[in-house]
Amino acid sequence: MRITIDGREIEAREGATIFDAAGAAGIDIPVLCHDPRLDPVGVCRLCVVDVGERVLAAACVRRCEPGMEVRTNTSDIEADRAVLTELLMSEQPADHEADRRERAFGDNALLACARRYDAWGDSLPRGGGRADDTSSSVIHVDHQACILCDRCIRACDELQNNEVIGRTGKGHDSRIAFDLDVPMGQSTCVSCGECAAVCPTGALVDVAIGPELRPRDELEAVDSVCPYCGVGCALTYHVDRERNAIVFAEGRESPGNRQRLCVKGRYGWDYAAHPQRLRVPLIRRDDAYPKGALSKDVRGEHDGRRKPGGIVDYDEVLPAFREATWDEALDLVAERLSTIRDRDGPDALAGFGSAKCSNEEAYLFQKLVRACFGTNNVDHCTRLCHASSVAALLEGIGSGAVTTTYGDIANAGAALLAGTNTTANHPVAATFFKEARKRGTKLIVVDPRREAIAEHADHYCRIKPGTDVAFYNAMMQVIIEEELGDRAFIEERTENYDALATLVADYPPERAGAICGVEPDDIRAVARAFGSADSAIVFWGMGISQHVYGTNNARCLIALALLTGNIGKAGAGLHPLRGQNNVQGASDAGLIPMVYPDYQSVEDPAIREKFESAWGRELSPQRGLTVVEIAHAALEGSVKGMYIMGENPFLSDPNVNKVRKALSNLDFLVVQDIFLTETAEFADVILPASSYMEKLGTYTNTDRRVQIGRPVLEMPGEARLDWEVVCDVSTRMGFPMDYASPSEIFDEFAGLTNAYATLSHDNLGAVGKLWPNPDPERDDGPVVLFDDAFPTENGRAKFVPAEWTAARELPDDDYPFVLNTGRLLEHWHTGVMTRRTRVLDAIAPEAFVAMHPDDGSANGLSDGDNVTVESRRGSVTLRLRLTTRECRGAVFMPIHFREAAANLLTLDELDPDGKIPEFKFCAVRVSAAG
Amino acid sequence: MISTGTRSKIEAEMERYPQKRGALLPALYLVQAEHGYVSSDTVRELAEIMGLHPVEVMEVVTFYNLFFDRPQPRHHASVCTNLPCSLRGARVLLAQLEEHVGSKVGEPTDDGRLVLGHEECLGACAFAPMMRVDDAYHEDLDLEHAKSILDALE
Ligand code: SF4
Ligand code: SF4
Ligand code: FES
Repeated sequence: MRITIDGREIEAREGATIFDAAGAAGIDIPVLCHDPRLDPVGVCRLCVVDVGERVLAAACVRRCEPGMEVRTNTSDIEADRAVLTELLMSEQPADHEADRRERAFGDNALLACARRYDAWGDSLPRGGGRADDTSSSVIHVDHQACILCDRCIRACDELQNNEVIGRTGKGHDSRIAFDLDVPMGQSTCVSCGECAAVCPTGALVDVAIGPELRPRDELEAVDSVCPYCGVGCALTYHVDRERNAIVFAEGRESPGNRQRLCVKGRYGWDYAAHPQRLRVPLIRRDDAYPKGALSKDVRGEHDGRRKPGGIVDYDEVLPAFREATWDEALDLVAERLSTIRDRDGPDALAGFGSAKCSNEEAYLFQKLVRACFGTNNVDHCTRLCHASSVAALLEGIGSGAVTTTYGDIANAGAALLAGTNTTANHPVAATFFKEARKRGTKLIVVDPRREAIAEHADHYCRIKPGTDVAFYNAMMQVIIEEELGDRAFIEERTENYDALATLVADYPPERAGAICGVEPDDIRAVARAFGSADSAIVFWGMGISQHVYGTNNARCLIALALLTGNIGKAGAGLHPLRGQNNVQGASDAGLIPMVYPDYQSVEDPAIREKFESAWGRELSPQRGLTVVEIAHAALEGSVKGMYIMGENPFLSDPNVNKVRKALSNLDFLVVQDIFLTETAEFADVILPASSYMEKLGTYTNTDRRVQIGRPVLEMPGEARLDWEVVCDVSTRMGFPMDYASPSEIFDEFAGLTNAYATLSHDNLGAVGKLWPNPDPERDDGPVVLFDDAFPTENGRAKFVPAEWTAARELPDDDYPFVLNTGRLLEHWHTGVMTRRTRVLDAIAPEAFVAMHPDDGSANGLSDGDNVTVESRRGSVTLRLRLTTRECRGAVFMPIHFREAAANLLTLDELDPDGKIPEFKFCAVRVSAAG
Repeated sequence: MISTGTRSKIEAEMERYPQKRGALLPALYLVQAEHGYVSSDTVRELAEIMGLHPVEVMEVVTFYNLFFDRPQPRHHASVCTNLPCSLRGARVLLAQLEEHVGSKVGEPTDDGRLVLGHEECLGACAFAPMMRVDDAYHEDLDLEHAKSILDALE
């Protein structure tokens, strides 16, 4: 439709507001309460315009009508806005120079109006007396500066879907309030910072993390991606180049996160500038042999307390090392590794890469191990997270990646969240889950722990730990019996259905209910909700995968989707939520022992030949060892030398006491990392690496979105880029590697794959691209995969029925509780990064074990007690938290805390297919600590 | 804890509205009648029953004068101080009553018997000055009459 704004004829879209139409035509209308991401409310009236009516209209809410004549800047309007500004300013804190927002972000919209209208509120009595709330670790609340524009309330409700903020009181006494009007730091706020990001005044402002802002235009805005989880949120770092510092981070528009961030992405970047960063290569002193743990925590003499100066006391560790030049260190690494290779054979070497590294680094590292070391003993932390899911997916549908994006939940009739604590581990994905629920998607949550997402569920089933297979088999039994399955899909696109039907027939809800501790009718209700939805997505996390029967668990979920025809259409699919920012990419790049890049088997002669000719070396025809197998081999002495880049197996692997022995037993260990990790205490050589913030590379998120992370900081001291270090080691070991840039490495990697073949750094664009992508120049890539065939030999997906088996180490009289381990919202894996960020450490400083209050009172334990948790393998002492999130008979421990390492207790038994260890089920006892 | 009786009354109220949240005001009256005020726990419980977020219930409780978020004295006596009542001496009357009961507006008396308040227009301007004591209007007041009303409160 045509309308006229300030004399200009403009084409406005149907349903557009005057503000939208003006914005599209480049006409500026000042706003305070409006933000294009939020539902407009029209409360501040700053945006008023003249539409030829008796009164002015608010442009942010008023829709365009054909032929409308709008004036945005008559003297009447400007006078009106000036008065409004004067009124608002009279209630603001008097000292505008000290405005927090101007100093933190430089974008106080109200002060901008004050300047524009030269209206400072001085003609009116000045308001005052509303207090500050400084209880939150991330946000300073200045109630006096609040203009009640409702932006924060809507941001918390509509964007983050946390519903923390409201208003209290009325009239002049109105204030924003958190929960039931408690201080922000004590509320259910999860510190995502969205409210502070949208606030137009100094009322809600980030507590400074970086240096104080100099004029905003002296900062450089660098588009990058969050370094933490598989959601891979797009963000912009605002960088002070002169001071080599990040000042703040801001969510960026992308199909994945639509500007949203969680507490880690928004506030968790200052680890890179931590004083404990490694700056020079280190070589173990001769008198520090025989090797062994150096610090008390790592020796196992835990006292459960934090070190005063930080999580690691460098004084305990550094004396065992001396500084060296890069040349000396690299020569030593090359010589020792070559010696082992030549003396004991290539398979005496092994390498751990990391899912925190880029695709380029992962590709180069596996190439180093395969072509230069000559072994397939290369793995990374995917083994600890979704290896079992990938095994089941490759077997069932021929592809290990997600079949649809998490954002596709918006189109789903139902979504099953199985064993995933999404609000903690994929926080921004969880905001879209909650949003979908509000719009009608039925959410089904199945988990022994009543996670926060369960509060939003239509159906929540608390199953007993380790009974997933029985539960999902019963769901399938009901779906088959009640004919809710998709016959046509089963016939045309799958095989082995009869075997599945036969097996699940043995799992009627009565039987499964008894195994799982769930009412049979609840299983039926869930099966009906899932089976009768037009489209449904299955999301799952570590609760499914980290078991000795993890592959079986995943097989059931895959079968459930196949049975109901829920793959290959909008709002349907399989989505194992990937943990690390680049666990998808590192796996795609071949950082796994059985396959080259793009899941091409090392055992297939034709494929091997292809890689041999690409790399110019003969390659080992045998699949290599996986993470835990490598540790076992080190213990036995068959693996003698290791290169560990960015991993911390000491804390991340199960049964720490065994890992300690294994690492001590290595002839030679080189660790390349940004901090002195627990693992580095066992090293012969430690190489100072580059942090995420210092390098260019691509990262593939859980959606298969390949995005570019860009350097924002200079490296500290003599630290070097990881890919250059890998090249140097390789070259020194007689396999020259020479690349001009990460983009050249990417091209070599992409050229050896189908999935990445069309992609290059140049065509990834601002928000990355989904793989596979036939036309990256024009297209974002396919959200939904496999709409007509699966990448299997016959194009069909395969049902793989699985019997339920009991867990390996069941509770008994001596060890009566099941131990479950997992993550916290604020922390990441072994805490190396997150525990060195000010905010994350402040919010979640210490380890704990969580238990149901009834179990607490049955054992005479109360909240806050110091308790000892013991398994057959080890014991830790830490604080007890009583919470109904846990189920009776099970306890939960986060994995991030070296001073109370959960993995001292866990079981190093492996899933036979995925080789993933059992992190989520072992027997422990809990008693009051002396 | 909201009693089962009150809970079923709330559920009956919810039936009467196209959207459950519409029954929030009547529901709040019901729980307040039971407990005398609306505690944080009650807010959470009610939110759970009605499928609302606790913060949404809190907003309504704190907006209306007649909902209380903490334990209350046994009686509320509020004098209207809008223009017509003020012209007929309401503000003076209120000050004298403060003196009489020995407590300021908004501050409960020590014995927990009563709290004074002021009120915006209650639509009884023709009978100014007036005060509301709990659910009853008292009109055409003078000081002695008002005192005797307050003194008679248990
Ligand atoms: S920080 Fe996030 S969760 Fe907390 S009040 Fe603000 S928007 Fe809500
Ligand atoms: S959700 Fe994940 S990727 Fe997004 S900001 Fe948080 S940690 Fe980073
Ligand atoms: S911006 Fe339109 S009323 Fe506030």
